[in-house]
Amino acid sequence: MKKMIYFPGCTLKTTAKPLEDSALKVAEALGMEIKEMPQWYCCGTVYSLAQDDLIKQLASIRNLILVQTLGHNEIMTLCSMCYNTLAQSNVLVRKDEKKLEKINQFISEQPDYKGEIEVKHFLTLLKKVGNEKIKEVVKNGLSGLRIACYYGCLLLRPKEVGIDNYEQPTILEELMEALGAKPVYFPYKTECCGSYHTAIKPEIVARRVYHILENARENRAELVVTSCPLCYFNLKDRQKNIKKIYPDFKKIPVRYFTEIMSQALGV
Amino acid sequence: MRIGVFVCHCGRNIAGSVDVKKVVDEISHIKDVVLCTDYIYLCSEPGQLTIQEKIKELNLTHIVIAACTPALHGVTFGRAVEAAGLNRYLLEIANIREQCSWVHQHHPEKATKKAICLIKGALAKLKNAQPLKPIKVPLTRKVLVIGGGIAGIRAALDIAQGGIEVYLVEKTPSLGGHMAQLSETFPTLDCSSCILTPLMVEAAHHKNIHVFTYTEVKRVEGVIGNFKVTLEKKPRYVIPEKCTGCNDCVDVCPVIVPNEFDQGLGARKAIYVPFPQAVPLVYTIDLEHCLNDEKLIVCEQCFKACGPRAINFLMEPEEVEIEVGSIVVATGYELLPLENLKEYGGGEYEDVITSLDFERLASASGPTGGVIKRPSDGKVPKSVVFIQCAGSRDPEHGRPYCSKICCMYTAKHALTYKHLVPEGEACVFYIDVRAAGKRYEEFVQRVMGEERVLYLRGKVSKVFRHNEKMIVSGVDTLSGKPVEIEADLVVVAPAIVPSKKAQELAKLLKAPVDEFGFMSEIHPKLRPVESVSLGVYLAGAVQAPKDISETVAQASAAASKVLSLLSQPEASLEPIVAHVNEELCKACRLCQKACPFKAITMVGKGKKRHAKVEEALCQGCGVCMAICEEHAINVAGFTYEQLSMQLRALLEDKIDDSEKAVKSG
Amino acid sequence: MRLVLKKNKHILQKIEEISGENVFACYQCGMCTAGCPMVSEMDILPNQVIRLLQLGAMEEVINTRTVWLCASCYTCGARCPKGVNLSRLMEAIRLMILREQNQDYVRLEEMVKESLPQIALISALRKFTA
Repeated sequence: MKKMIYFPGCTLKTTAKPLEDSALKVAEALGMEIKEMPQWYCCGTVYSLAQDDLIKQLASIRNLILVQTLGHNEIMTLCSMCYNTLAQSNVLVRKDEKKLEKINQFISEQPDYKGEIEVKHFLTLLKKVGNEKIKEVVKNGLSGLRIACYYGCLLLRPKEVGIDNYEQPTILEELMEALGAKPVYFPYKTECCGSYHTAIKPEIVARRVYHILENARENRAELVVTSCPLCYFNLKDRQKNIKKIYPDFKKIPVRYFTEIMSQALGV
Repeated sequence: MRIGVFVCHCGRNIAGSVDVKKVVDEISHIKDVVLCTDYIYLCSEPGQLTIQEKIKELNLTHIVIAACTPALHGVTFGRAVEAAGLNRYLLEIANIREQCSWVHQHHPEKATKKAICLIKGALAKLKNAQPLKPIKVPLTRKVLVIGGGIAGIRAALDIAQGGIEVYLVEKTPSLGGHMAQLSETFPTLDCSSCILTPLMVEAAHHKNIHVFTYTEVKRVEGVIGNFKVTLEKKPRYVIPEKCTGCNDCVDVCPVIVPNEFDQGLGARKAIYVPFPQAVPLVYTIDLEHCLNDEKLIVCEQCFKACGPRAINFLMEPEEVEIEVGSIVVATGYELLPLENLKEYGGGEYEDVITSLDFERLASASGPTGGVIKRPSDGKVPKSVVFIQCAGSRDPEHGRPYCSKICCMYTAKHALTYKHLVPEGEACVFYIDVRAAGKRYEEFVQRVMGEERVLYLRGKVSKVFRHNEKMIVSGVDTLSGKPVEIEADLVVVAPAIVPSKKAQELAKLLKAPVDEFGFMSEIHPKLRPVESVSLGVYLAGAVQAPKDISETVAQASAAASKVLSLLSQPEASLEPIVAHVNEELCKACRLCQKACPFKAITMVGKGKKRHAKVEEALCQGCGVCMAICEEHAINVAGFTYEQLSMQLRALLEDKIDDSEKAVKSG
Repeated sequence: MRLVLKKNKHILQKIEEISGENVFACYQCGMCTAGCPMVSEMDILPNQVIRLLQLGAMEEVINTRTVWLCASCYTCGARCPKGVNLSRLMEAIRLMILREQNQDYVRLEEMVKESLPQIALISALRKFTA
């Protein structure tokens, strides 16, 4: 396997450190060479949907230029939000030459971005490794642990950047099965958790996540896995907010999918 | 040469962008142009009269008409000049509408220049034009109807009544098509089988109709008036003449598989008839599921049980060659598979079914005997949700068109459900209700008002399972409320798509299809039952989604076209066919290999060997002309000489004297 | 009170320019509303926002809470049969309001004072401030 350039993003270095640590260990165990970019900028967190405000794309494009300069043509991220932001910016400049030209001209101190970088998420790489290989490396099989795989929004939508079908994705479920777990039927797996509203009106997120988690519980899930640090926070840390609104609510454990993987692979 | 040029205004269509007066002025000065004039609507009767008068008055020998596309009025103008005594192949039409005024509306000056250029091109082409006579070929007074559903049956009956022999070919073991699967038909609520089976029987027994079921079309050669078609009769392994329809074989067959006629909701054996009223009532062994295969026989149960000894495991596919004068295509439709509708489960939920599935549940001869039951647990659903527009009107994920029949059949289903389960609740999610036929609107109003079915205006974004129920997440935009319904059964109305085999068939017939696979008609308003491929007619949903009333009307229309074609003494083919100059031909055979219609053969011996074109098969496509390195083969009316003159005239301003490199002759 | 159909062309034009979407492509099927995760918190439904834009009722659109409750989850745009990306329209309306009023929708003091992942904080600030 060739070396992959890895873009962590701000959150993975601080509040979501477990995601990064477990992911890197898992990568090592599977023989994947992951190298963090020596220099990177915050990607901007959300893709700006304005067509007339290109300055908001600069953060993403700068990172893609850095990857280009390193001589790689792929960039790997762990955080769903970073993935979505980088991927959508990439799609925008690839589709519209004039916008790419404007951005390049603005970032005159760096080389021009040519539009040839592919943005990949860790899950896509794991799929390429193949579930057969992953099964071989499992040391502590999860013995039928009933897992609800929560995708959230940004991994799957919009279609141009989605890593799997946005109505019936299976990439996480297949991965969990390879680890010996039993993924449950979970129709709310692609429903939004409330995202950044958690910073302003946490009650909205609490109400939203209540429905998501209750749906997981109804389908007999023992654990919820997720890939995005924001979803992780909303699903896990907001459970105390949920308890305030719905006193009968019982907590459900939430983990990053890489944490489960590292547990199963014994690393 | 005395050339008359007529420039049409076409109202504002041409005159709106092209300066017609300027065009007339410029063209009038060209050598050999005796008259150049304009008229507001040349295709009208006074317009055509003007042309005819001028031909006689000025002894015109050649005509150029600058107007709309020849595809629209080529025949009209051709007839007009012939009525004045001129051969219609000495008429050249310059398309200054579709190819000029319509596409350059914002550049009138350039459009005018282009129009002049196009007319000059037409004039140049005329210089070497030859008068041509239509090719007469004898007509085979027989017809092939492909598809044994209501469209095929109606067309076959109408043609047979006209005294013409019909071959009715159906790929499944029985006639009937989808209409046989239906329980009732809107708006009269006639029992579908009751109105269909008499027609099926009539077709099977009609002295002029030869019915071939379990048969497919393998090859089609020839041209209008004379088609040679190879049919392949798939082996039934049951001898039709001996089979009495007693059913003894079915009782002993050990293999049980889902029955396609029941949409997989019911079962059949490997030896079967698709439904009890099948026509012909002959059993068929489905070898794919039978325990035997072509090489090895392990089970002889049916063979032993059959009194009349009608079972023959050694049957082979049989090819039958027929000659017909025209072909009617009536292959019908299919529903978009649920796998394509992932927001409704993508086919994974048993209790999310399609409309045809519902028809089988409601049908008295269906897998549940006419009792509406949930496929998952067999319970009678107390709450049913109907979802319209699933995959239709959806340019992003499905088909952009409206499937036309779903609004009506969903209303019918809701009514059927309410009659069968009076204490049940039914809701319909719709975007619009399209009920445009006779008594259709009244029918829908009855379903809403009297049956009290709740019509919710909005699309359903998701359907998922919750315990034993299906949760339907939609919206009612009229009240402005998102709604969530707990349903026992969800019935989806998928988009109507052309049947897969129809697209392969279109290739065999060299008939074009549109981007969705529906076969193309010559003109949707004026010539809806004729395919662009001459001699091939369209009836029913193969051309576009439509309900039974329209299908029957179209089938009869196609039949009338066939009868009018075959009532002529002979077929008249356009003389735009290829001719070989034997002197120049080097017998390299490139044209023979390139001809898509297999119209070229090699004749003669030694140095005199050359290519020969079978006029009746040639469609004038010009591929041979393009590939011949010696310019030995030319399509009459579009010879290499004519086309190069036309091209030179079109590029007049761009050709430099020193750059002229023209092959003489 | 009857809505007088105003032709607020320049506001609609601005919104279409910022979003790159054609408001009149929407045939009001309601798929967006049916799938929106935030719909229970909203006052005007997502499809009604487009409807009001089509009708030229700009004041109502500007005064609604709905556009600020959008979570940019893209569910609407992914499902829309006409390919109208409502998330972009919501962003365009928000930006138009922020730019016109030159005032942030949310102030730092109003935000939650817990330890949050940075992405939550930064996304919120990017979406709701001018």
